[in-house]
Amino acid sequence: MQASLEQKYNFDIVRWFTIMAVVYLVLGAAFGVYIASELAWPFLNFDSPYLSFGRLRPLHTNTVIFAFGGCTLMATAFYSVQRTCGVRLWSDTLARFTFWGWNAVIVLAVLTLPLGLTQSKEYAELEWPIDILIAVVWLAFTFNFIMTIAKRKSSHIYVSNWFFLGMMIMIVYLHVVNSLAIPVGLFKSYSIFSGVQDAMIQWWWGHNAVGFYLTAGFLGIMYYFVPKQAGRPIYSYRLSVIHFWALMFGYVWLGAHHLQYTALPDWTGSLGAAISLAMIIPSWGGAVNGMMTLSGAWDRLRTDYVLRFLIMALAFYAMSTFEGPVMALKSVNALSHYTDWTIGHVHSGALGWVAGISIGAIYHLMIRLYHTEMYSERLINLHFWTATIGTVIYIVAMWVSGIMQGLMWRAYDEYGTLAYTFVESVDAMHPYYAMRAIGGMIFLFGAAVMLFNVLMTVRKSVVEGRLQQARALPAMA
Amino acid sequence: MSDRAKVRVKSLQEWLEVNVWGLLIATALVLSVGGLVEIVPLFYLKGTMEHNAFPEIVWDKAGQEPIVTVDEAGKEQWNWQPGDGVRPYTALELAGRDIYQREGCYLCHSQMIRPFRDEKERYGHYSLASESMFDHPFQWGSKRTGPDLARVGGKYSNDWQRQHLYDPRALVPESVMPGYPWLDTTAADPDRSLRVFGFTLWPAGTGSRMQRHMEGLRHVGVPYTDADIAAAERLLDGKSEMDALVAYLQVLGTMVAFDDAKAYRE
Repeated sequence: MQASLEQKYNFDIVRWFTIMAVVYLVLGAAFGVYIASELAWPFLNFDSPYLSFGRLRPLHTNTVIFAFGGCTLMATAFYSVQRTCGVRLWSDTLARFTFWGWNAVIVLAVLTLPLGLTQSKEYAELEWPIDILIAVVWLAFTFNFIMTIAKRKSSHIYVSNWFFLGMMIMIVYLHVVNSLAIPVGLFKSYSIFSGVQDAMIQWWWGHNAVGFYLTAGFLGIMYYFVPKQAGRPIYSYRLSVIHFWALMFGYVWLGAHHLQYTALPDWTGSLGAAISLAMIIPSWGGAVNGMMTLSGAWDRLRTDYVLRFLIMALAFYAMSTFEGPVMALKSVNALSHYTDWTIGHVHSGALGWVAGISIGAIYHLMIRLYHTEMYSERLINLHFWTATIGTVIYIVAMWVSGIMQGLMWRAYDEYGTLAYTFVESVDAMHPYYAMRAIGGMIFLFGAAVMLFNVLMTVRKSVVEGRLQQARALPAMA
Repeated sequence: MSDRAKVRVKSLQEWLEVNVWGLLIATALVLSVGGLVEIVPLFYLKGTMEHNAFPEIVWDKAGQEPIVTVDEAGKEQWNWQPGDGVRPYTALELAGRDIYQREGCYLCHSQMIRPFRDEKERYGHYSLASESMFDHPFQWGSKRTGPDLARVGGKYSNDWQRQHLYDPRALVPESVMPGYPWLDTTAADPDRSLRVFGFTLWPAGTGSRMQRHMEGLRHVGVPYTDADIAAAERLLDGKSEMDALVAYLQVLGTMVAFDDAKAYRE
């Protein structure tokens, strides 16, 4: 049965994206550890333009978001859309184009960002020729996905596909509008927007890169892989419907909360904060929906390491979707904005939620794509603990440093003058920056263990001839 | 398609679940609301830009007179003085701003002072939307690993800025900022057009790189006069990237003369 799936579905494309996702996880985390270390030990900049923090930080964010996140989304979307629709991808050619096109984008990013070729809009740094390539590849991905659903065998469209679809549409909006720019050179352009309007558009993009690319897409992963791994249907259909529509409608508004107390008009920031607060409800509804899918099978967490990743990811999702609205409140934002607290919040989402759910889904996929057990269960367990402990060390360090920064900047002494110079706050951050780098290293070690485990599993499958066998069997369905 | 079971649809939700095109359109509509409501009014609501109520914030000669002209002997003639109001950047300042973008300075330095007592004392008057009206793209930043730079202009001498950019820890031992020694030895406006056998493949047109940049900005609404663009060659002649970046830093926050008695924003 399992074997015939190889003929029915296009699993090759899923295999390619899956392996590349793991490679980019290691690479992206390594860049992250390096720039975190630069902030703790600035000699690591080596006075070199190509190694300086300002150029490598976009390289880190682009690698983790677009390389790791993108490959994971494409692997899981292509896999789950075929499985839930019961048909092969609409076009194998378009899927291959998506793979090579997307990886070309990543190679171009790795080449251009250290050269300082950037639009200087956060998470949209890549210059205009690469932006055009991204748009073309993304539309190819989206079109193939939609057409596969259109020719499906199942009567209803499964919930994971709603989330993937919403993510794809929103990224088209965001990428096209935020990247509108006038080219003045092959790798230099200026945004057509300026000042306050540009700021709002940037953070409309910035928050929804998180809200859609890194949340809606990964909720698509959650809705397929958690029930599959648990072997039970999703806890509540109704909750999924509410979760989906509330998320699609509400998340779009949140960008304004990145600009509290700035020169953005008050009404926009307040609107952003109000909807942010309301978003706790659908977010937690989604987290509960995922976790309660396990109800009656909680004991499996003791033995099923993959399920542990998925459930821990949901716990981090619940935690950071509570933290986010709190930080959007004006009084909290006055303290937290511009500090490391924001960085910590992003990483509790990125390492805990996004990476966690991805890693769980990738282990789930590996077994099915290579028709064999993982090379080592114990290494999955080791990975689980290093990922969790590394993430916790990271976010605790950033909580302490962020709140400390915010308090030091606004502290007054008994004479009514500012108690600290700015550089005293920089000095006070050193131990936490070092601690953050160590947390990152632990996470990176886990990712490297995963890469080893994945590659050894591929090797095992090839040596045992499992993949060849699976491909040779005639299709049954 | 034909082998799909027919469904008797019982609700709108279910209709969307069996019809991918309906789901696509409904989702696309729902997704567009928030952005439209929050972004579109910013382009036309008068209250967004403070200079609608306080016209003195913007230089009244912007786009009519050149900011600065340079004669053959290299002597500069300024038509704008600090405090005259917001204006576009000169060619040299713009070259500096390009470097500021390229080196990712905005990742650690904000240019947006919030209306709090401590920020006023540390950095100066709160920032106005009109102050960044010619900033394509905006440089407000999102993180202060280093201090805010919205009003850093004139706070330190040119020499201090140069030494600090060259080796930050020589002046501020606790700093974690990278050094930028290469700025000193790189020309601010090299000719980097792509030529084959004397034909310019990229970009088309004439003029130096910074002139092309200024023309691009003029296309998106920055009021440069022809004389501003013409002045670029002499303004940038012999200047290093360090000169350009320091010129940019020194103009930040010096354009508007603030009146503490006025409430520019609610």
